Amino acid sequence: MIPPFETFYEAHRDEVFRFLGRRLGRERAEDAFQETFLRALRAYPRLDHGDHLRAWVFTIAGRIVIDEARRTKPQGELPELAVEDGLPAFEDLAPLTDELPPKERAAVVLRYGYDLTYDEIGAALGSTEQAARQAASAGVRRLRKEQE
Amino acid sequence: MTISPSLDERFRAAAAAADLLDVAFDVFDDTPIGPLLVGVTDRGVCRISFDADPEHHLEVLARQFGPRVLRSSKPVERVHRELDEYFAGKRQHFDVATDTRFLPEYNRVVLEKLARVEYGTTTTYGTLAAQTGNPRAARAVGTVMHRNPIPIILPCHRVIGASGSLTGYAGGLDLKERLLRLEGAIL
Repeated sequence: MIPPFETFYEAHRDEVFRFLGRRLGRERAEDAFQETFLRALRAYPRLDHGDHLRAWVFTIAGRIVIDEARRTKPQGELPELAVEDGLPAFEDLAPLTDELPPKERAAVVLRYGYDLTYDEIGAALGSTEQAARQAASAGVRRLRKEQE
Repeated sequence: MTISPSLDERFRAAAAAADLLDVAFDVFDDTPIGPLLVGVTDRGVCRISFDADPEHHLEVLARQFGPRVLRSSKPVERVHRELDEYFAGKRQHFDVATDTRFLPEYNRVVLEKLARVEYGTTTTYGTLAAQTGNPRAARAVGTVMHRNPIPIILPCHRVIGASGSLTGYAGGLDLKERLLRLEGAIL
């Protein structure tokens, strides 16, 4: 059962805005905030269940941060931001993580795809920094094993 | 850091403008009969409630119309204006459409008849029952009135007992009497 959008929005709007504010600065965060929740609203009826909504909306917000970073990058200079940092872009990372358990998958993608801190990932997943760290490293171990 | 009210309003307006809502609702705090919760879909008004606490309505609205239920003032502006005019005695017919698509067939038929009961007049449960094909269904009509999701606009306050007693009303008998007095149906 998916909660009414009003309930979902009220529960997460402030923390999503804080996250965007840290990443983009207050002014750009306002546009990114609106875009995040409009995208969430578009996708909302297609959700199968109401689990992991927090991680889900942070994933959308993270993607918008990356788009925004790419968009504002001067043309011709290092278009692949994530690669520049030695981090795989979400598009590259996401298919690899399909088989991971949801929590590990979210932790891996948010850490290595979006460069969130473990503290932020813990908040996004509704758990702790420590748990986020463990989920991400368990996910990476599992991925390595699958690669072998 | 919490989001500013202006950013919050901006998102809510954008969501409605992009046609992404199953139900837009708002609470009108300023009516002479106290706060009213009003919900609209793209087809018309789908809810008016004297219980203005959104918490009591969100789940039901989401189940009936879809999960994208959001407070947004713009889509309900027109209903707000028409209700204001009604309470001021300046409006006898509502022009906004109603959305009763998810009601049982029988309820819809009865409410369609109800919608034709004119401002300033009253009818009885038995009369409405007869108009919908079964004169003995007064009690069933009473139940439909009791569950009317759009009171005031669908004027169940104009339906009274055969003896002339006001009988019952979701907003309380005082309110029923007050609305009938406003319309000049009783003195």
